[in-house]
Amino acid sequence: MAELAAPPIAGDIAEDRIAVATQWQLIWWRFRKHKLAVGGTLVLIAFYIVALFADFFAYVDPTESEAQRSLMAPQPIHWIDDGRLSPFVYGLKGTRDPLTFKRVYVPDTSTKIPVIFFGHGEPWLLFGFIPTDRHLIAVEGAKPSESLFLMGTDTHGRDLWSRLMFATRTSMTIGLVSVALSLILGVVLGGISGYFGGTIDTVIQRIIEILRSIPTIPLWMGLAAALPADWSVVQVYFAITIIISLIGWTELARVVRGRFISLKQEDFVMAAELLGCSKTRIIFRHMVPSFISHIIAATTLAIPAIIISETSLSFLGLGLRPPAISWGVLLQDAQNIQALVISPWLLLPSIAVIVAVLAFNFMGDGIRDAADPYL
Amino acid sequence: MVAYIVRRLVLAVLTVWAISVLSFMIIHLPPGDYVTSYIASMSASGSAVSEGEAQALREQLGLDKPITVQYAKWMGLILQGNFGMAMEWGRPVSDVIGDRLTLTMIISVAAILFTWGIALPIGIYSAVYPYSFLDYAFTFIGFIGLAIPGFLLALVVMYVGFAWFGANVGGLFSPDLIEAPWSVAKAWDLAKHLPIPAIVLGVAGTAQLIRIMRSNLLDELRKPYVMTARARGLSEYRVVMRYPVRVALNPFVSTIGYLLPYVVSGSIIVSLVLSLPTVGPLLLKALIAQDMFLAGTIILLLGVMTVIGTFISDLLLMWVDPRIRFGRE
Amino acid sequence: MRTDTKPLLSVRNLRTSFFQDEGTTRAVDGASFDVSPGKTLGIVGESGCGKSVTAQSILRIVDRPGRIVDGEILLTRADGSQTDLVKLAANGREMRSIRGGDIGLVFQEPMTSFGPVHTIGAQLVEAVLLHTAVSKKEARRRGIEALRSVGIPKPERRIDEYSFELSGGLRQRAMIAVALSCDPHLLIADEPTTALDVTTQAQILDLLRKLQRERGMAIMLITHNLGVVAEMADDVVVMYLGRVVEQGKVDDIFHDPKHPYTKALLQSIPSIESVPRQRLATISGSIPHPFNRPAGCPFNPRCISSIAGRCDREVPQLQTVGDGRKVSCFLYA
Repeated sequence: MAELAAPPIAGDIAEDRIAVATQWQLIWWRFRKHKLAVGGTLVLIAFYIVALFADFFAYVDPTESEAQRSLMAPQPIHWIDDGRLSPFVYGLKGTRDPLTFKRVYVPDTSTKIPVIFFGHGEPWLLFGFIPTDRHLIAVEGAKPSESLFLMGTDTHGRDLWSRLMFATRTSMTIGLVSVALSLILGVVLGGISGYFGGTIDTVIQRIIEILRSIPTIPLWMGLAAALPADWSVVQVYFAITIIISLIGWTELARVVRGRFISLKQEDFVMAAELLGCSKTRIIFRHMVPSFISHIIAATTLAIPAIIISETSLSFLGLGLRPPAISWGVLLQDAQNIQALVISPWLLLPSIAVIVAVLAFNFMGDGIRDAADPYL
Repeated sequence: MVAYIVRRLVLAVLTVWAISVLSFMIIHLPPGDYVTSYIASMSASGSAVSEGEAQALREQLGLDKPITVQYAKWMGLILQGNFGMAMEWGRPVSDVIGDRLTLTMIISVAAILFTWGIALPIGIYSAVYPYSFLDYAFTFIGFIGLAIPGFLLALVVMYVGFAWFGANVGGLFSPDLIEAPWSVAKAWDLAKHLPIPAIVLGVAGTAQLIRIMRSNLLDELRKPYVMTARARGLSEYRVVMRYPVRVALNPFVSTIGYLLPYVVSGSIIVSLVLSLPTVGPLLLKALIAQDMFLAGTIILLLGVMTVIGTFISDLLLMWVDPRIRFGRE
Repeated sequence: MRTDTKPLLSVRNLRTSFFQDEGTTRAVDGASFDVSPGKTLGIVGESGCGKSVTAQSILRIVDRPGRIVDGEILLTRADGSQTDLVKLAANGREMRSIRGGDIGLVFQEPMTSFGPVHTIGAQLVEAVLLHTAVSKKEARRRGIEALRSVGIPKPERRIDEYSFELSGGLRQRAMIAVALSCDPHLLIADEPTTALDVTTQAQILDLLRKLQRERGMAIMLITHNLGVVAEMADDVVVMYLGRVVEQGKVDDIFHDPKHPYTKALLQSIPSIESVPRQRLATISGSIPHPFNRPAGCPFNPRCISSIAGRCDREVPQLQTVGDGRKVSCFLYA
């Protein structure tokens, strides 16, 4: 009895495509299949767009405080007005709270203020030099500082949404600067350790082990508290980044060293040596491309820890301090449980932290899985 | 084996020394020294200190000597058990720290035990049934656990406790037992209050450990000896638990060494939020008040306890992995 | 093959496939052969032809995402009855008692076949206790005896050592001891000597022959090394891409190969008697990608006797062409 087997064409073509793809194309194809990783990457792109154009996404000055608007509940946008799609917010009216006799603002359902997207608001400078006054969310016929409170206000009456936009800028960039420092330290020290081996390897290894055994937060707290109180916000910002990166480099150094050690023993390195390549050429042209993807993965995975550290430190009051705005600074208001129960919206910035950390983790995992040639 | 122990011991001692240097640096980072703060606090309470008195005080405390000599003197005092005075409290540092350090370590160990108890079974399950629904579910929960900073989780727990139960779920003891001396009743009270802080502290570490266990076990399950064990007729359960799990356990055990500093770190912040009578709140207050002797000593002691814990975990690893016992690390 | 005794193991039309996202691999695609009691069957083929998966299928330890999709594996038990192993639950009690009890397995990698954190004694004793109801002391005694019977010196000491303390040859002997500890009727040896040097190889093969004589057990020897097959096997099965292409007694196969693949294999063995400075004969082409199986006879793209129009369209079946000889080729159909 005769049988017909399946036609083999697809396999042939697929094999050919794989044979000529570059390393980066291969990594990209595998990364694309990882839906969570792609999702995480998109989320992060969104975060960085917000960070870049924080002024556009906010609608008021984040430092403008107004005691009488303190601790207002979020005023959401209402989308349907009389059956038509016409977004608006309620206006505010001042009354006296019957229990505390303090003057408070409450929503006035008789006044409807229309909301315009991409409308005009407070002026700001695009890229630092182009004047514009467009904002993502604006109102018509009223001042945004008196009508828009999408996430409510904090104890000082500052609008939380706008503050969150600017906090995103600070928190997302601190992570980058810190990780860049860690990366340099890690690659240099890890590379020296792994490539040259011997005594210098042992010494660096011991240093790394010692650093890893020290509880980091008390150390950071100590270093941060020792910063002179009269330093400017920017100086404190950079000092904090340096402090955080001083311990973070150990993980990257370990990865780099591990890669160098395993690569040193690979046959293709020996082949290069036998061909007469100089040490620099071997390192940069042959070894580095093999593990650069692992470095990228390790770096990406190091950022969430930095973000959490900065947030935790600022939350305690030891990191960035007002008037600087970061997620940790925003969450400082939430320290008091009693206040939190009355104004739970103060916890909203934590969602940004969680989402950002998750996104970095997913993306980093995706890169690592895609780059691993043995998977 | 002996070489291994000696090596880890030497490393531990070196680490303790490094920590002591760092703590010392932290103590002396802020401008001025003990005498300046002393003068400041004296003048705040109305009395004045003359130049001569200040100078005499400096000489007496050795503050006019170079920094290395001061460090040596400080280390000498420490080794005798004299940790100096907590300036703000006006009492010796050891008095002020008291129980708190022990409680910190108790919470940390409880958190680690919790972490282990949860991460191990989940990690094993995820490796044996990868890509199953539960595996995805656990991975997802694990990720969330990783992403939530410890203090946030503590906040949420406090909030839920307060808003829904009207109770203050923080603290380690019932109000009537806080000041009481240690007894069985007090120990039991502590045990009752431990779960919440232990869980809050342990969550992030759990997620990490699940991932490590899962990937280690997945690697081991692919190895030939697993197939050989199956070929001998062992039940699936025994095949997995007796062989690959035991091997995957080794890197797992070695992570305790790094879990401990991580947990001790986290306990600082979490105990602040949950108002636990541990070293955390004390450290923060000391730092804000620039009471550097108290702060520096706390950092030093925390570091030392961590190193001891790490060393114990190294011994544990040696017991678990015969390859180390035979000198083939 | 003697047709009057019932074969110990009878594989009929076994198909095992691996189902992955990227495609389905038909690792074993219709293999049929018999193993006679007390005799050695050699299974020969290049890497990737499905020999190991066949052994794993017999023992029902095929790894996910692989699965037996068709066929029968009939094992003749001690009481004469036949059990179809495919129909048993892979991890059920009966299959597990067969595994290690009726059928033993020796693996290719002595380095990694033992669990690294348990002594070999622990693993030996465990195997004995699993299949026989004896006390721990008795099990340990049997373990020591097993180690002695495979030629390990000072077995009372060795039994408490870890696998990394033994050399490659000793480890493989210990592996054999474990496989034989419960007196199986069939020993499946999957490339047992590939990872060893030539001298140790010879010793292990000698050991296997001796054990077979003493116990009257059948051996299914899987290898790509034709020299080993010539030395050890009574009957030979040649596999290519998951199918049996030729089968017969060892002398017949070596002196009168029928299938073009078998012929090419035998020609490619370098020989002391060949003319010097001549190119080594190879089989042209390479093994096709598993997702890329050729139409018709799987060997036809590389076959020098391929009949255009037939070999590239229809798949030949195993036909009897003589006493105990079977070939799967249109040259003989």
